[in-house]
Amino acid sequence: MPSNDAAPKGRAARSSSIDWRTVVVNIAIPLAGMLIALTIGAILLVFLNVNPFDAYAVLMGGAFGSWTGLAQALVKATPLLLVGLGICIAFRASVINIGGEGQIIAGALMAAWWPLQFRSWPGWLLISTTLIMGFLAGSIWGFIPGLLKARLKVNEILSTVMMNSIAAQLMNLLIRGPLIDPAGVAAGTYLAQSERLPANAWLPRLVPQTLLNAGAIVAVILAVVVYIFLWRTTIGYRIRAVGLNPDASRYAGINVPFYQALSLTLAGGFAGLAGVVEVLGVQHRLLEGITGGYGFTGIVAALFGGLHPLGAIPASILFGGLLVGADKMQRAVQVPSSLITAILGLVVLFVVGSSIWSKRWAARRKIEAVKESEAAG
Amino acid sequence: MPVETKAQSKHRLEHVEMRQIVKRFPGVLANSKVDFDVRAGEVHALLGENGAGKSTLMRQLYGLYKPDEGEIIIDGNPVVFHSPADAIRAGIGMIHQHFMLVPTLTVAENVILGLTSKHEPILDLDTVSQKILELSRSYGLKVDPAAFVWQLSVGEQQRVEIIKALYRGASLIILDEPTAVLTPQEVTDLFATLKHMVKEGHALVFISHKLHEVMEISDRVTVLRDGQVIGTRPAKEMTRNDLVKMMVGREMKQIAPQPIRSGPVRLKIENLHTMGDRGTEMLRGINLDIHGGEIVGLAGVSGNGQRELAECLSGLRKVTAGRIELDQMDITSLPLKNRVESGLSYIPEERMRDGAIREFSVQENLFLQDHASPQFTRGIFLDFPRMEAFASKMIREFTVKTPSLDTPVKNLSGGNIQKLIMARELARHPKVLIAAQPTRGVDIGATEYIHERLLMQRDAGTAILLISEDLDEIRTLSDRIAIIYEGNIIGIVDRNEATVEQIGLMMAGISMEEAVHHSA
Repeated sequence: MPSNDAAPKGRAARSSSIDWRTVVVNIAIPLAGMLIALTIGAILLVFLNVNPFDAYAVLMGGAFGSWTGLAQALVKATPLLLVGLGICIAFRASVINIGGEGQIIAGALMAAWWPLQFRSWPGWLLISTTLIMGFLAGSIWGFIPGLLKARLKVNEILSTVMMNSIAAQLMNLLIRGPLIDPAGVAAGTYLAQSERLPANAWLPRLVPQTLLNAGAIVAVILAVVVYIFLWRTTIGYRIRAVGLNPDASRYAGINVPFYQALSLTLAGGFAGLAGVVEVLGVQHRLLEGITGGYGFTGIVAALFGGLHPLGAIPASILFGGLLVGADKMQRAVQVPSSLITAILGLVVLFVVGSSIWSKRWAARRKIEAVKESEAAG
Repeated sequence: MPVETKAQSKHRLEHVEMRQIVKRFPGVLANSKVDFDVRAGEVHALLGENGAGKSTLMRQLYGLYKPDEGEIIIDGNPVVFHSPADAIRAGIGMIHQHFMLVPTLTVAENVILGLTSKHEPILDLDTVSQKILELSRSYGLKVDPAAFVWQLSVGEQQRVEIIKALYRGASLIILDEPTAVLTPQEVTDLFATLKHMVKEGHALVFISHKLHEVMEISDRVTVLRDGQVIGTRPAKEMTRNDLVKMMVGREMKQIAPQPIRSGPVRLKIENLHTMGDRGTEMLRGINLDIHGGEIVGLAGVSGNGQRELAECLSGLRKVTAGRIELDQMDITSLPLKNRVESGLSYIPEERMRDGAIREFSVQENLFLQDHASPQFTRGIFLDFPRMEAFASKMIREFTVKTPSLDTPVKNLSGGNIQKLIMARELARHPKVLIAAQPTRGVDIGATEYIHERLLMQRDAGTAILLISEDLDEIRTLSDRIAIIYEGNIIGIVDRNEATVEQIGLMMAGISMEEAVHHSA
């Protein structure tokens, strides 16, 4: 479960003094966790007769060693962040959304269909309506398990996972049937992909020769919006209250099931946007594997960012970078991709696990403070 | 650990000492160089307000915590307990405030829980039951070994806990607030048992904050305040006032009985029925009128429908039959939110579970209900400057001690959290207030303040239903006392009319006429 203590305080901006020792410790401990994870990963690499230093140089250098590498990392960070924002909302309401994959597909399907219907519209209108429609499609995919939870107490972990399967098979059906690329049919290849979108529906590219697109900017703006939503609005306040203590929320007259369902609906919407950005910004059409596992990795990124929308930004960039680096490492040093997944898993385990040391350190500091006041008094 | 040697343990503790015990928790010095000792054949009471460090001290003796400094000496030998298992082996038992029993198991099964059977892996419940009956005979602890724990009353469950400790050969038994959940009659029975145990040579530690009980049962009293020993004295030499002064560090204000100035009926409860969580009927036709400017105390042993009544009144539980009126308006089927808007306030019994959100700040907790009121919002956005102004005013007015408005409430003491909840519920100037266990687990200073506030609210014309297990509290504050038993109000008496004994009898289900007759 997400730890709420780890999250920055809602109104941290107003806190007067910063305890630099605490800041340093809070950075040093996760870094130490990461080093331990990489050390264990290195042992695994040695077993496969791979020089771990070479492998890690590729892993890090792949994403953070060049501008194009960084751009690639940001391309992958964008859907991670969008999914992660939804996860922040859902998990803050103590609703576990495992349905990111299906919600991405719902948004992507909308993005592959909508612009084809309104080709003649100007780009800004076409793109913005597609974003909205994709958000709606994803939120419907989140609303269904939300409604089932609110009305029938169906466990959302199970229902969202099942919604993933439904979405995946629905996509398989549609891109082989009604949405299939007419060009592929004409050429007789029958590739399982949708028609290429008109260029006015494409998200503008930010850096030439890369896939980095305006979706990244949209995602960062939305991170700020979600932050304001969660900590500055009445609805966000209720979502957090429901997540922290459903009993007290009920006693305060808050409709707990409604806000649980709402948070799942919003989470679906943000994952849907991730699907739209992948289609409009990267692929320009819908094809198999469009989700890239972002629906799951986004959860990890959000947890890594302390379930805080702004914390999710650096966390998504880190994970985007690791995904890019892992690709390159696989090609450069010839290690099986499952090993890379294992190393990424170790990193998550150790860094998230190391948070317990940060907490113990904080507790020890409090005890020291008491001792000091005893000595003084 | 073979069962039979423990039960037949000839080993007896003569003198258990704790010397210079220091225990720190994050942000708190719970015990500061505490000396404490207890001898065979005495009851040593540990008296202090909530948070004074009584339970912490005893948890170290029972091996639940390890002291940071200091030592524990048993009959001259220093010992170190790494877990309760070590303490039990040394002959120490503890009866916790919340019983550690498995409801779906029988008494005998509960007693041997965690012990090794003589014929492992086969349970030998017959021998166990025999031994339980022996213990129950020799100590006057009436208990049926074959009964399921869920069938037992709270008093009976406590007896099972005591037998559990005796069965494990405990020679020193620590009782953590044992009377908190008992009726006056059950307390009398418990004290008889305790006196018997002392005569048998057991050493008893009696943790409490109820003065009259301490003075009745104990040989010596140690008073703790803010983690320090204020003094250890023979109980006979102490008066009630001496003990209060030691506990609080000052004299207490006396709440003077005030004339009743009740107005029209503000809360009308008619023939109210409801079902409990287990599907049994918990309220069976409650009738009660509460006037403006009046406090009605609801007395009763817990589990007789108090919680269900409070939930029905606040709108959290569905009513199966009957009617609730607030100022002549039918609110029987209104949801909680609308009842709050109509002027009902509710201080729930489980403060930390239902009344506040631990991780939320003081300010956020003050706005659990009113965060969406136009006064504190601009559209869907929260108006922080206005909220802050209001929150600081409330904090000052209700003397909530907190480092800042941003402090999470989990860092506040129970008393301060309760004051915060009071502030929130009274700020609306309610027409009707339901206060459930408003001072449970709250220190004396805060209790005093909460009582004053309730009386102020009464004088302001609010109709107050005070639900409490603390009979003293009910008798001090209430204008009228209603006694609830098995979902019925079996008697309503004026404050000055009834004796504690009569109320106690009614709490045990004896009707008002009989109770009066009985005690006359």
